[in-house]
Amino acid sequence: MATKTHRVLPGFGLALGYTLVYLSILILLPLGGMVLKASELGLVQIMDIALGERSLAAFRVTFGASLLAAAVNAFFGLIVAWILVRYSFPGKRFVDALVDLPFALPTAVAGITLATLYAGNGWLGKYIEPLGVKIAYTPSGIVVALIFITLPFVVRTLQPVIEDIEMEVEEAAATLGASRWQTFSRVIFPSIFPALLTGFALAFSRALGEYGSVIFIAGNLPLISEITPLLIISKLEQYDVLGATALAVVMLGLSFMLLLAVNMLQWWTANRHKNNEPLEVTAAKAAGGLS
Amino acid sequence: MKSSRAAQEPRWVRYALLTVGLGFLFFFLALPLVAVFAEALAQGVPIYLEALKEPETRSAIGLTVVIALAVLPFNIVFGVAAAWAIAKFDFRGKSLLITLIDLPFAVSPVVAGLVFILLFGAQGTFGPWLSDNDIKIIFAVPGMIIATLFITFPFIARELIPLMQAQGKEEEEAAVSLGASGWQMFRRVTLPNIKWGLLYGVILSNARAMGEFGAVSVVSGHIRGETNTLPLHVEILYNEYNAIGAFAAASILALLALVTLFAKTIVEWRMKKETDMLNTVLAPEKT
Repeated sequence: MATKTHRVLPGFGLALGYTLVYLSILILLPLGGMVLKASELGLVQIMDIALGERSLAAFRVTFGASLLAAAVNAFFGLIVAWILVRYSFPGKRFVDALVDLPFALPTAVAGITLATLYAGNGWLGKYIEPLGVKIAYTPSGIVVALIFITLPFVVRTLQPVIEDIEMEVEEAAATLGASRWQTFSRVIFPSIFPALLTGFALAFSRALGEYGSVIFIAGNLPLISEITPLLIISKLEQYDVLGATALAVVMLGLSFMLLLAVNMLQWWTANRHKNNEPLEVTAAKAAGGLS
Repeated sequence: MKSSRAAQEPRWVRYALLTVGLGFLFFFLALPLVAVFAEALAQGVPIYLEALKEPETRSAIGLTVVIALAVLPFNIVFGVAAAWAIAKFDFRGKSLLITLIDLPFAVSPVVAGLVFILLFGAQGTFGPWLSDNDIKIIFAVPGMIIATLFITFPFIARELIPLMQAQGKEEEEAAVSLGASGWQMFRRVTLPNIKWGLLYGVILSNARAMGEFGAVSVVSGHIRGETNTLPLHVEILYNEYNAIGAFAAASILALLALVTLFAKTIVEWRMKKETDMLNTVLAPEKT
């Protein structure tokens, strides 16, 4: 058990007490109240609402678009993080700062701007639509908005991890005869994979709940391009408070599970970093394919 | 950064990666940013300025600032208190507490708004009592402030916790054992140490407070001139096919985003400089 140490620093009781009270009043009790409200319905009815035709379609669109956007960002985010850490090019500092734009730009602004860009007469839409691809006011528009909104997550989770990779390992692998691709796929990629997965999960979880940017570009057709957060709002506007609550509780449960998953991933990443295998082993693994 | 040729991609791979990465950022970040201002100025500067002078746009700007200022002290006090308890002391359930502090990041803004409708709305838990006492929270400014508090809850605490953990507690312990009172220790030792981290958290939470859309939209009731923040006003103008007005209002928010990015970069630079300084001061001791 904990050794009874004398606390030198003051304010522990006050700081922790205030933290717990404020957290409970603002976050935990309101969320708990919502779960309580949903329990008036009972599990069967909640599932009935969540699995209704319109809700199910909304969940499918929300999940599909979020997965796709997170996957696109995992791929391009890896490239962007790599060039920002390893390469030098003019304006790099500016580009690095710009990556955070989606965090700083209000979602409504992103929404109307992307809708205008990809509309039939927009800067991008007028080149894309003649090719037979419609983006604005279709489910593809949702994906585009979610790519924008979640762009920083993968880049920002990967950057510090790529910075921490020790060049010696790569050089050792090369000396042992590994090609650059082998070094990447056997040494670098495994060591940044947990961070990549964390960034992906963070992007996915943010995308699931996103509302402001999506509604302007989605077209919002029920069954086709309606996302769950919008369905919650339209239920609310039709005074179907219980229906909105049921959907919200399902979303909350999913978000909470994702949050736990992300925490476990981060713990995994931290642990991997602590007990790195010896340099020679990693380097030899990369070169191993040759022999 | 020095690197041998062996640990580098072939030249054509480097160029390909640069092209793909920067091209992606150009289409998904730079182009939208330019488009906001291009659309706002599409019919010339005078019409742009005219759109900004509209009284409803002005009152929306005012309310946005009021809400941001109202949430700031709450977020600072909570952030410092939570970081103090978590970074400087050991107790059971600490990692659960950190997870719970992150919770608002994971909750959809729409759900965040709905939660307060269920509490304070007409049919909500406290609804009847509130209407008996003639207090309006939902579809009024107090509700919008509460929803914004929920959304911006984690920002400052999340910046301060790792910073204060890294700084350790020796300096504060020295101050206390030399006879400083709790307040003196905080003001003379802790606050100077965390000021840049605190400012960083304030910048981030402020950007979110001013830009929040979903949560505020649910509880606002969209009453023109009364419960319209700038992001909500952008939506109304856009849905009325007033593109110039919508993008003029949006351009103010985009400027705010640029100021945020700039301030954030400056603070990051200051923080890095301070840790570098600390490292060079400490380096001889280590060897």
